[in-house]
Amino acid sequence: MTVFGTIAGQTVRLALRAGGGAVVALVFFLAVVVVVPFGVGPDLRLLARIGPAMLWIAALLASLLGLDRLFGADREDGTLDLVVVSGESLVVYALGRAGGHWLTTGLPIAIAAPMLGILLNLEPPAMAAVALTLLAGTPALTLIGAVGAALTAGLPRGGLLIAVLVLPLTVPVLIFGVLATLGAVSDPEPFLSPFLLLCALTLAALALAPLAAAAALRLALE
Amino acid sequence: MPSVASLANPTRFLALSALVLPWTAGAAVVLFAAGLYLALFASPADYQQGDSVRIMYVHVPSVTLAMGCYTLMAVSALGTLVWRHPLADVAARAAAPLGAAFTFLGLVTGAIWGKPMWGAWWVWDARLTSFLVLLVMYLGLIALWRAFDDPARAGRVAAVLILVGFINIPIIKFSVDWWNTLHQPASILRLSGPTIHPSMLWPLLLMMAAFAMLFASLWLAAMRAEIFRRRVRTAELVAAQPAAVRGSALAGAGIGGAGA
Repeated sequence: MTVFGTIAGQTVRLALRAGGGAVVALVFFLAVVVVVPFGVGPDLRLLARIGPAMLWIAALLASLLGLDRLFGADREDGTLDLVVVSGESLVVYALGRAGGHWLTTGLPIAIAAPMLGILLNLEPPAMAAVALTLLAGTPALTLIGAVGAALTAGLPRGGLLIAVLVLPLTVPVLIFGVLATLGAVSDPEPFLSPFLLLCALTLAALALAPLAAAAALRLALE
Repeated sequence: MPSVASLANPTRFLALSALVLPWTAGAAVVLFAAGLYLALFASPADYQQGDSVRIMYVHVPSVTLAMGCYTLMAVSALGTLVWRHPLADVAARAAAPLGAAFTFLGLVTGAIWGKPMWGAWWVWDARLTSFLVLLVMYLGLIALWRAFDDPARAGRVAAVLILVGFINIPIIKFSVDWWNTLHQPASILRLSGPTIHPSMLWPLLLMMAAFAMLFASLWLAAMRAEIFRRRVRTAELVAAQPAAVRGSALAGAGIGGAGA
């Protein structure tokens, strides 16, 4: 537990410093949401209909930020070798890095989403549903992204490649997140079943993604 | 009969594949001739779809091969990571472009079939969407392979990604059962047996065999090309070594000469 806390805390501190990705992800989230009405037009009813989906897509893209530096810096300066040599589990290390990334990217996005919902003419129930589903779903996005980051750790142009590798795997999270949000606002559609599936995806990612990321990091050390 | 372990020697594999390749290629030609004759002429037209049902004889083998290729790549990935088979990553890397091509072919033939049948080139139902995701996965894998300098290291990293993405294959297979899809449900691989009429089933199976022989021939040829490519790369690296040493020695002598 303390190893996880140490690494997660270090990730958060590094991200909050100048040059870190904490505020940038939030600003990118804002930028994407602001650009949407320029693209689809200012029709408020249309914005309210696609608002939850656009917030989710913006959250997905913003979560991909900062992933390529998640493990790359550690591989280059030898911290990864130290973690292995010290006998600590790479799984806990990967979980710590992912946890720190979520605390500085996913969590602020989930908190900021209702306020940006105003820009997209969302009703308060929709805003609450978006915030709740993002809170439940962004850990899955971070964890799946961490697998992609571990696979491309240290590659020169890894950033774009991570997006290509990770996006297909995050599609189910996106689908159930938006379904749950829409289910919370429209009467006949259910909220609970897609939301529970979303939570299941996050828990499955929590169980499996650190194992895959640790395996990939071990390969990165060769 | 050489075992998989004995095929670990690339030279032995090259010799064996040179023997087998003409036979698989010949079998592919024969099976295609027979299959296309049966599919286009000797099988009945559908009572609802008419003659456009014959796209099935290209569409179904393509998509089966696309998913089967990924399954073979997953087995190769296990071979790379678990058993450290030397040629497993060569097999996976050679199979990826073939799988992507068959996925693309399946998508295109499906669209051509869907336009007259459903009235739309494309719908976002579960089967089509997960199959499109398979294409993106194939292309991502090819991009990942090309991002590394060392082919062996690239093979191991790609093996992890192949295994992570394998979850998509059962999703594609069972998508027509789990979700309300426009794509028709399974007609062949079902617990209660195939629902397709034998007069259409046998040409379909023949075409599947033809496609499988085509894939086997292309895969063997691609594996041979990949082995030769790696040998060329190694030879180039070795040839570059003395040149670098020679070059720095010359530079040192040049500086010394200019100074003197």
